[in-house]
Amino acid sequence: MRTIKFLLQKEFRQIFRNRAIVAMVIAMPVIQLIILPLAANYEVKNVNVAVIDKDHSSYSQKLINKIIASGYFKLTGYDFSFKQAYRLIESDAADLILEIPQGFERNLIRENEQKLFVAVNAINGTKANLGSAYLLTVIQDFNRDVRLQFIQPGNFNQQPTIDVASSNWYNPLLDYHMYMVPGILAILVTMIGGFLTALNIVKEKEVGTIEQINVTPIKKYHFILGKLIPFWILGNVVFTLGLLVARLVYGIIPVGSLFLMYGFIAVYLLAVLGLGLLISTFCETQQQAMFVMFFFVMIFVLMGGLFTSIDSMPDWAKTVTKFNPVSYLIEVMRMIMLKGSSLKNILPQLGIIAVFALVLNSLAIFNYKKTS
Amino acid sequence: MSEAVITTDKLTKRFGDFVAVSEISFEVDKGEIFGFLGANGAGKTTAMRMLCGLSIPSSGKATIAGFDVYKQTEQIKKNIGYMSQKFSLYEDLTVLENIRFFGGIYGLTDKQIKTKSDQLINQLGLQQEVKKLVVSLPLGWKQKLSFSVAVLHEPKIVFLDEPTGGVDPVTRRQFWDLIYDAADRGVTIFVTTHYMDEAEYCNRISIMVDGVIKALDTPRKLKDNFHAANMDEVFYELARGAKRSE
Repeated sequence: MRTIKFLLQKEFRQIFRNRAIVAMVIAMPVIQLIILPLAANYEVKNVNVAVIDKDHSSYSQKLINKIIASGYFKLTGYDFSFKQAYRLIESDAADLILEIPQGFERNLIRENEQKLFVAVNAINGTKANLGSAYLLTVIQDFNRDVRLQFIQPGNFNQQPTIDVASSNWYNPLLDYHMYMVPGILAILVTMIGGFLTALNIVKEKEVGTIEQINVTPIKKYHFILGKLIPFWILGNVVFTLGLLVARLVYGIIPVGSLFLMYGFIAVYLLAVLGLGLLISTFCETQQQAMFVMFFFVMIFVLMGGLFTSIDSMPDWAKTVTKFNPVSYLIEVMRMIMLKGSSLKNILPQLGIIAVFALVLNSLAIFNYKKTS
Repeated sequence: MSEAVITTDKLTKRFGDFVAVSEISFEVDKGEIFGFLGANGAGKTTAMRMLCGLSIPSSGKATIAGFDVYKQTEQIKKNIGYMSQKFSLYEDLTVLENIRFFGGIYGLTDKQIKTKSDQLINQLGLQQEVKKLVVSLPLGWKQKLSFSVAVLHEPKIVFLDEPTGGVDPVTRRQFWDLIYDAADRGVTIFVTTHYMDEAEYCNRISIMVDGVIKALDTPRKLKDNFHAANMDEVFYELARGAKRSE
């Protein structure tokens, strides 16, 4: 116990003397949590649409007005040839081309039918996909309005329509911040904890101080605990700051128990720090450790279920995410923060993360060799 | 009656095909200052690391303070001090914090740490620098500090790997005063060096060439045997045949 006391004292002194680390731990979660959720938004806005109106009728005007009024589209060009519009797409000035053919109004009234042409610039896949989907919705809506106007009173011969009214549970307004903030916080905790520990032991190797430690009768698990505990505390500080930002900036108040969240984070941090320590026992230089950690963090972040839903991944990728601790944290954070899940609900995830923590730290202790 | 605190018998370390240290055998007595000389790449540091329990030998036997270098590395570590070539105290801790830290992990009590650190600071004349970060100290002071930290827990043997590299002659002289002090208290000193004047300060010296001990005796006898006026000539005579160099 005494040895650990001395190790902790040393480690904390070194941490607090390192301005970069202190700044990272405080500024990173605050700044990133303020910037990222505002920018990382799934909603596609500002879709640039070029309209080729060959009809110039009141109906075509109505349709265009409806499209612009939806708020998702910006009219970048109006009334020119397809060639000109195509050039707009080529220069990335337009994402969509909507062509309203000649006789649009006439055909709509007389024939009860008219085709529109939509061309999509698929370079930016997400924008193109969602943009054209929005556009189609707007056109369908327009279609329905038109149909309503045509219906003669008393004539009920129209097609029956099914209207689906959905309500979004746990995030009724589909507020993206509610969805992103817990996820981004999960990633921040992972990155700060993982990187700090991965770099720490390697730094001692680089500077040569580890040699002086290895020649003392210090126990291996003492040394590892002496590294683990300070960064575990820092991880909790980051998490607390994150919760404060979520509350003050986004007004997100966890529905579930704070105590439960800290309980899960406590175990989770052990797992992530264990990974960092394990990496640092393998690497000789900070550069190596940095790259190896990056390799894992990239996979963790992109396959963690924050930016792409795990449910829509191929089966092999779903298997990979089972070994991704971040995916469990993001899931649990959302469960507790938004849904108010209890211990019973998160028990499976907690168990898995505990196994991660145990295995990674045991490997780190095993692989840290005082004698080569 | 002298007692051996270091004994080695055909101690060998191989890295793949490369034999870094080849069958070295010698004994060092309690309280002795034993100089371990050799050109760069001769295998001094590798040999020393085996004796400190930092590196497991490939073959041969060795006991340090009565403990086996294969199985009892942790007991060895309780009984030795070590100062590596590279300065290895924590530069972002102060002088006093380093002393307390190493005292603490060697298991000294708070009272022991207090008396030891006072004593050490007085001896080194570091009163003004106690609260300064080690990084700000001149090299000579760093070396003296790390030696003092290496003997803080009163080890039976202290291993010094080129302790005076890059240090001016006056500081080197002061450094050797510290070594003599420790030897007087009964600490065995095992020291590597490139300075031949320092070799003369040792009770006995060994000269290693290409992983093998080529000569081992008192400085006076070595000079007589090689008909040399000083240790420089002895060393040159032995080391010029070396095939390895860094």
